[in-house]
Order: sequence, then C-alpha cells, then structure tokens
Amino acid sequence: MLELVIISTLNGVLFGMLLFLMASGLTLIFSMMGVLNFAHASFYMLGAFFGFQIARWVGFWPALVIAPALVGVIGALVERYGLRSVHRHGHVPELLFTFGLAYVFEEVVQMIWGKVPVDFRVPALLDFPAFTVFATNYPAYKLFMLLTSAAIFVALFLALTRTRIGLVVQAALTHPHMVAHLGHNVPLVFMSVFGVGSALAAIAGVIAGPALVTQSNMAGMLGPILFAVVVVGGLGSLAGAFAASLLIGLIQTFAVSVNVSMADIFGFTHFTPAPGSILGDLWTVTLAQIAPILPYLLLVVVLILKPSGLWGTRET
Amino acid sequence: MSGALIAHGSLAARPAALVIVARYGPWIAVAAVFAGLPLVFRSGTALTVMSLMGISIVFAVSYNMLLGQTGMLSFGHAVYFGLGAYFAVHCMNTVITGGLPVPLPVIPFVGGLGALFFAILFGWVSTKRSGTAFAMISLGLAELVGSSALILRSFFGGEEGVTTDRTRLLRLFGVSFGQQIEVYYLIAVWSFVCMFLMFKFTRTPLGRMCNAVRDNAERAEFVGYNPRMVRFLAFCVSGFFAGVAGGLAAIHFEIANSAYFGATQSGNVLLATFIGGRGYFFGPVIGAVLVSYLQVMLSDITEIWQLYFGLLFIVMVMFAPQGMAGLLMMHRPLWGWRALLRVLAAYAIALPPAATMLTGVALGIEMTYRLTVKAAEGPDMSFLTVPLAADHPLAWLSAATLTIGGFILFRLTWPIITVAWASADDRKEQAR
Repeated sequence: MLELVIISTLNGVLFGMLLFLMASGLTLIFSMMGVLNFAHASFYMLGAFFGFQIARWVGFWPALVIAPALVGVIGALVERYGLRSVHRHGHVPELLFTFGLAYVFEEVVQMIWGKVPVDFRVPALLDFPAFTVFATNYPAYKLFMLLTSAAIFVALFLALTRTRIGLVVQAALTHPHMVAHLGHNVPLVFMSVFGVGSALAAIAGVIAGPALVTQSNMAGMLGPILFAVVVVGGLGSLAGAFAASLLIGLIQTFAVSVNVSMADIFGFTHFTPAPGSILGDLWTVTLAQIAPILPYLLLVVVLILKPSGLWGTRET
Repeated sequence: MSGALIAHGSLAARPAALVIVARYGPWIAVAAVFAGLPLVFRSGTALTVMSLMGISIVFAVSYNMLLGQTGMLSFGHAVYFGLGAYFAVHCMNTVITGGLPVPLPVIPFVGGLGALFFAILFGWVSTKRSGTAFAMISLGLAELVGSSALILRSFFGGEEGVTTDRTRLLRLFGVSFGQQIEVYYLIAVWSFVCMFLMFKFTRTPLGRMCNAVRDNAERAEFVGYNPRMVRFLAFCVSGFFAGVAGGLAAIHFEIANSAYFGATQSGNVLLATFIGGRGYFFGPVIGAVLVSYLQVMLSDITEIWQLYFGLLFIVMVMFAPQGMAGLLMMHRPLWGWRALLRVLAAYAIALPPAATMLTGVALGIEMTYRLTVKAAEGPDMSFLTVPLAADHPLAWLSAATLTIGGFILFRLTWPIITVAWASADDRKEQAR
C-alpha cells in the first residue's frame, strides 16, 4: 500500500509538472488574447516529433534545445501571420483558426511520420534505474523529467516576477494600451509570449516523448486534458494552472492504480444488479477504467459550480 | 441574417397563386432538386453520397442553430447525433423483436426525442454559461459521453456498437427499404421537412430572440427575456434535430457505434457549418453538401485529403470568415448594379495563376508524402496523371516554380479585381 502511494505520488507529480509546462503557456496566451489556443497541444506534439528527428541526427541533448527553439519560432510565426490577421474578425474565428491549425498539424505529422508510434528512445546516459522503492525500480529518466520541469517552473516564476521583461509582460497582459503608451512594443511582447509558450510545450514534448508514446494522435489525446487543467485552475491564473496541473496529475495517476468498483465498496449490502443492465455496468466498472474521464468530470463540475475556476479571478 | 431564402416584398398586391410561388418558390425548387437528383445520378455511389448529404444537411443546419443563430460555439454537438442514432437503433430492435406495428419512416423521430431528452438534461447545466465557458463545458460533456460509451456496454454495445436491420419493420405500401433508392427518398423527405421546420424556427419570436441573445445578451435581458432560457430552448431544439440526423444515419448504416459521438464528428460539423457560412440559413446546407462531396471525391484522389480539407478551413477562416454563403451574398447586389459580369471577368483572369499556385502546393505536399510515409513504395508516382519521380530535383524545381510563379502572377491580378469592384461601386452610385 505504502509502495503504491509513493510511486503514484511520484508519477502523479511528474505528470502534473508536465501538464504545467504546457498549461503555463496556454494560460498566459489566454490572458493575452482572450482565446483558448486549440493548437497548444499540437506544439507539444511537434516538440516530440522534432525532438525524435533531431535526436536521430545529432543526439538527444542538442535536440532538447533545438526542437523547442524551432517550435517557438513556428509559434511566433503563427501569431504574427495567422492569429494577428484573424483577430479583426473576432473571437470565434480566432478560436476556429487555432482549431483548424491543430487539425492541419496533426495531418502534417501523419503525412511525414505516419500514424504508428515512432521509436523515440530514452538517451543511454539516463537509461538506468535511479533508486528502488520496495522492489520497484524508479527510472532515472523520470527523475530527469521531474527535475527539468521543476527547474523550468522555477525559472519561469523568477523570469515573470523578478526581471524587467517579466514585469513588462505581466503589465501587457492586463493593460496592453498603457504599456504601449509607455513606449513598449506590445505586439512584439505578444508574439514573444506566444513563441515562448509554444517552446515550453515543445520542451514538454521532447522530454515526454521517450517516456510516453510519440504518436500523431498525442495532441488530440492531451489537448482536452490541458483545457480541463487551465479551466479548472482558472483561466489566466498561473498559480491556478500549477495547482490544477498537480491536482489532475495526481487524481489520474491514483485513479489508474486503484482497482475498485461500486460492487467492491458496497459488497457488504449483497446487492447485485442484473448483469447486462446499465446499473450492472455502472456497478462493476472500476475506478481505473473511469480514470481517463475524471478530468472532464472535474471540468464540467467546476464550470457549473465555480465558472471562474478554483483559483481564477475572472469569469470565462 | 438568415433571411436570404425568401425575398420579402409587397406580396399583398399580387394574385394569390403568385404569392404562393413567391413565398414558397425556393422550397419548391429544393423539393424538386431532392426528388430529381436520383434521376440524374443513378449510380449506387451517387445515391449513397446524396443520402449522406441529406443527413449532414440536417446535422449542420441544426448545429448552426447554436453557432450562427444563438452564437453558442459547441464542440460536442455529435453527442446528440450519436444518442439519436443509438435511440433509433434500439427502437428498431425493440420493434423487430416485439413485432410492433411501427413503420421505419417514424424512427428518426424517436431518435430526435431521445436526443431531446439528453439535450434537456445536458443543456440545463451547460447553457447556464455562454461564450468560452459554454464551449469548454460542451467539450467536457462530449469527452464524458464519448468515454461512457465504452463503459455502459449494455446500451452502447462497446467498441463494435449496436446493429439493426431496417428491412424487418412494418412495411407500408410494400416498401421494404432494402434498396438504397428507397432509403434515399426517406432521408430526402426527412431532410426537406427538417430544413423547412428549422427555417420556420428562425422566423418565430424565439428564433428572433436567439439572434438578440447572440448579439447582446444584456439588452435581451432588458427587453424582458431570460438569455439563459433562450439559449436553453435553442439548445434543445438543436439537439432534437441533431438526433433526427443521427436516426437517419442509423437507418442508412444500420449500425450505431461510438464513432458517432466522436470529436471527429463534432469537429466535422463545425468545419462544414463554418465553411458553408454561419451567417445565413443556407450556409450550412452548402457546407454540408460541399464537405460530404469533398470527403468522397478527395479521398478517391489522395490519401491525405484531410490535410487539404484542414487547409481549406484555415484559408476560409483567414480570408472569408463569412463562409461560402457570405461570399455568394457579397456578390448578390452586383447583379442589381449590372456589374457582375465585369467582376466575374476579373476573377476569370485571376483564376489560372491561382490554380497554378495551388497545383504547385499540392505537388509539393504529395511528393513529401511519397518520400516519407510512402517511402517503401519508391519515388515513382503520378500527379494529375503526369508520371514523375518524387526524389528528382527537377520535380521539386517545378513544384517551386508553379507555387512561386503562380503566386507572383496571382498577386499581379489583385489590382484588376480591386478595379472591377471599384467600378461596381460606381455603378451602385449611378443606380441610386
């Protein structure tokens, strides 16, 4: 039991930190443009595939730097030549533009790398068990993922709160016109934030690629969870995104490892609904089976009860 | 908004027969098209494609009730389509096993009612919010229902779905619905009736309030309407018609499975509605027909048709956010100013370079595809019946030349179009 708790906590925090790498960019971009970026998870996917390809050519460590930089440039170009021109048509076309972009990115990745998962391996340097908890080997690569995402979190936090650029960005998010009057180039700030946000998602992609599956549907799988994270945390709130990332990461990891159904919990009542009926299905389904839908359940419940999100300040 | 289908004029002064033709003329034309199409396109494939078009018309127009009419962006409209299909299939199976005297043509109505029930349930919670929150709730609900399809196996039949047999229901006038042509006419009639009802809905006071809520919910509230109630009612009506479309799909395919709910289905109806034009009643009709046709035609030509489809969508969002219908309506006044020919002539000049550019882009995409995923089949391929080697520099050079040269020439034709529109504006001034 204790073993399960420790391993699940580690994995949950790890998954949460990965989610935060993406959610931080997404929520910053939302504060900036007022638009949820559907293509954000696609940047994560592009990061993983670019990382895979570059790692093949020049090795994993250069890929860890080059792939996010490339994706960041793509992100900045998307903002400069795509979103900015769609902006004049209003919010719905902006949202749909990112939606179409996600669609096209997935097709392009399928066109180049195919539909089957690519063989993205953990670098040899980190391919060993870091430590052993109760007979379970914890891979060093996972520890590396955890440390990298934690380091980026700290760096992002310091950059946003302690540097001059960070202060300009923060001010531009809430008072773009005032910042522009003070002589800062606000469109450039927006473009950079979009680029850096995309690059952060790409870093998550490169480091998650070898540990999870690098496949053309990874954006489609992760995108909705990412929305659940930023909405549950409160749109535009960085701290909320952090808390919600950890919350959802932990909930999902724990749910997957708990194999309990209603029949187990209420077994003492000796109540057994007819198998094959809807109640019978609900009675025997295990928590592990419904783990994938828990984030959405949380999303719907939070939006209905507290539409500003758990830690958010503004109404969506 | 939405008023394009029927021209309002001083109808009262004309004879009664003329009034009917003027008011219902477009509908008579639509009915004639529905009835006459199978006489022109007789092949089995054509019948299937036209049946699918009829289904997606109902689905897309019902979606536009939310997106265009009430301003609610939903990412989970396929939920009601899928539930309608499941209710229809279960109803058909119950009728078959029970030997009940229910004919097939009423089955889509059952699908609609089933979807309506869930639209009331889910709509009650999700229409509390509008805008982004509504979009996110619809996304979350779609994921929830999509996943529960695999959990509640007794109703949804797991991964393989639930099958049925449409020919074993009560026969009316000896029609067994075994042949595709019979199914086509069933779908055509339902599609026509649904379109007519949904158009009439836009003309009801509730339909008008939907527009008011879309444009300014606060003002609608001041007039004395509860925006949430308006959104809720629009959501329910829209869910009902999506369920009818699902029921028709269940009859057509004789199966309901979890793909009906999927994000792909929700995404496709959104793409179709937007490409067609959400600002006009007939926009989603154009979109549904176009998208159904493209899906069949493009998938015959190229395996990566979805990429072209996505690119078309992005181009529409960036340059024509009012969709095909918006583009058409933009040119309608030109007719009255007698300037249409001149503008069309300018388009005709711009068309060849634009086509050249697109050919170059498509060539580049196809060659990339050949060299990456299809690498095992060798570099030899044919593009538009021209045989070429995808790894030959000359092929890439010609793709680049077509694209860049085409773009430069296309760019040169823009002033011609601007001049043509300017002269049309002059005509407008003269016409006054």
